[in-house]
Amino acid sequence: MSILVDEKTKVVVQGITGNEGLFHTKQMTEYGTKVVAGVTPGKGGQQIEGIPVFNSVMEAVKKTGANGSAIFVPPAFAADAIMEAADSGVSVVICLTEGIPTLDMVMVRKYLKERGTKLIGPNTPGIISPGKCKIGVMAGYIHRQGTVGIMSRSGTLTYEVVDQLTKKGIGQSTCVGIGGDQIIGLNYVDLLELFEKDPDTEALIMIGEIGGTAEEEAARFVEKHVKKPVVAFIAGLTAPPGRRMGHAGAIISGGKGTAGEKMEALEKAGVRVVRNPAIVGNELSALLKKA
Amino acid sequence: MKIHEYQAKEILRSYGVPVPRGRVAETAEEARKIAEEIGEKPIVLKAQIHAGGRGKGGGVRVVSSPEEAERAGKEILGMRLVTHQTGPGGRVVRKILVEEGAEIKEELYLGVVMDRSRECPVIMASREGGVEIEKVAAESPEKIVKEWVEPYVGLRPFQANKIGYELGLEPVQVGKLRGVVSGLYKTFYEKDCLLAEINPLVLTKGGDFIALDAKMNFDDNGLFRHKEIVALRDLNEEAPLEIEASKYNLNYIKLDGNVGCMVNGAGLAMATMDIIKVFGAEPANFLDVGGGATVEMVKNGFRILMSDPAVKVVFINIFGGILRCDTLARGVTEAVEEVKVNVPIVVRLEGTNVEEGRRILRESGLNFTVASGMQEGAQKVVEALKK
Repeated sequence: MSILVDEKTKVVVQGITGNEGLFHTKQMTEYGTKVVAGVTPGKGGQQIEGIPVFNSVMEAVKKTGANGSAIFVPPAFAADAIMEAADSGVSVVICLTEGIPTLDMVMVRKYLKERGTKLIGPNTPGIISPGKCKIGVMAGYIHRQGTVGIMSRSGTLTYEVVDQLTKKGIGQSTCVGIGGDQIIGLNYVDLLELFEKDPDTEALIMIGEIGGTAEEEAARFVEKHVKKPVVAFIAGLTAPPGRRMGHAGAIISGGKGTAGEKMEALEKAGVRVVRNPAIVGNELSALLKKA
Repeated sequence: MKIHEYQAKEILRSYGVPVPRGRVAETAEEARKIAEEIGEKPIVLKAQIHAGGRGKGGGVRVVSSPEEAERAGKEILGMRLVTHQTGPGGRVVRKILVEEGAEIKEELYLGVVMDRSRECPVIMASREGGVEIEKVAAESPEKIVKEWVEPYVGLRPFQANKIGYELGLEPVQVGKLRGVVSGLYKTFYEKDCLLAEINPLVLTKGGDFIALDAKMNFDDNGLFRHKEIVALRDLNEEAPLEIEASKYNLNYIKLDGNVGCMVNGAGLAMATMDIIKVFGAEPANFLDVGGGATVEMVKNGFRILMSDPAVKVVFINIFGGILRCDTLARGVTEAVEEVKVNVPIVVRLEGTNVEEGRRILRESGLNFTVASGMQEGAQKVVEALKK
């Protein structure tokens, strides 16, 4: 098994006629993802790469049974696109867009809570259940089907870790990029809960970074509810305070959100925290052998 | 994005929050003229830089006549002001705010920030004003009153009242504070702030509130809909290399070490800095050329990082996904050919088309040390530093 997306996921791509949307639609289809529809208001009725384009998500869902959405629309319109997906009954929405205003996301989260839609991102590389479904921009071929669940706030750092695992012959059940922004959809805690319940996930990797308190909240959750082994790396031990390190959410503000604090909280909760990002794969492999 | 105190006060004034009478001056003569306009009261001159702790560094002066204002203005303008937030180099003062002094009875704190964990704005208030709120939060958190705002309905009047009463203010003051709270929240919301702060908010001997200092941080993601805020950007307050990088959509942050780093992706860029430290060296910069960097971006990034004279060795760490390693290798070789490089360069390439990328580096005839992993890369960087 896997979490959130698998071979049954039918994807509608919002913003399919844009450069990014089109390129990644092709990539996803090549990987084997079932992309059943595209949406671009005003371009309904067209076919693109053999995929029907609709004017609204509601129409796409009604005609194709899409239950997942990938959003490739510019930041000014992305919040609206997420709400539209939720309103149309799509159960998992993956928003790849970077640069959505924080206050827009505050509204989105509120709107989604009332509708039970699960959001991944924004500002995420997406989600992949290797061998089954890829919704996002990550390179599919570095992944391998298996039993390690990965959750991360970063893109290329996740590829780095996935690559370490795959080269050791360790596969992944699902890899989720939760997003690098301040306000995001599913967080570590939501994913830990899903991974803990997933019978095919044996161990977990958490890749965090400076800013906010999501890692600390995850630590509290792991302590109480997670029995599977967890390895964590937190990026930004050398990051200066008060500076935004690329991601909108990666900032130490008012002395809070340092990598040190997060590592300490996770270690206290029994998580194996590594300080060297090059050995995450080794550590996980050692933990799996012990178990 | 940050702005100056005088700019923040002008925004607050437009939202009905009382601020001291006064204006910004760029010359000592202007300072005298503004002091004359204000009249007889004590006059305060405040250096305008994007950093706190200006008073302790000598950037704030109280004078009693326009002539004194001119003299003090001469002293402050052009000075290199060093505070605990500027670093040892300090900042050159180019503007001063000249305003009327207030008769202070009490100093309070009032701020609005984004609460990431509750996913909504939170208003914080305290009677312990004039000091850093982080210090109050750490030492006596019970002295901070918090009120979270439901984004759908906005700030309700009862909430503003509640803040006043919980602070233990007199009913007449609670009424006055309500206006300040509502003006500050509106500023935060309508201008896409991540932080809007009045510290101290002064209760005068006459029983009125006045914003004696103000600070705002704006959400960079919201700037596209606030041209009026973008216009307030002061390039003098930013490091020249960072300004240069922002022109090419690159994220560059200058640090104190001597290992120049170029990485794709923010998380991997931070992790690269961290692993350098694990092996005993210090990063000279954070540079994220983006998950989807082009040859041009790589070239510009390389040029920018090489213009830092502190750089003694360069570590290029790229994990190509959608972005191909051959593209990157081409960008790097072109950049190295253009920029005069006399320091060792360690390159680690991984991902799509990696073999082709490594071949381009090998055949370039340039002096690269190729590393097969992140760890080997960091080790080779440290070895190169020792030579």
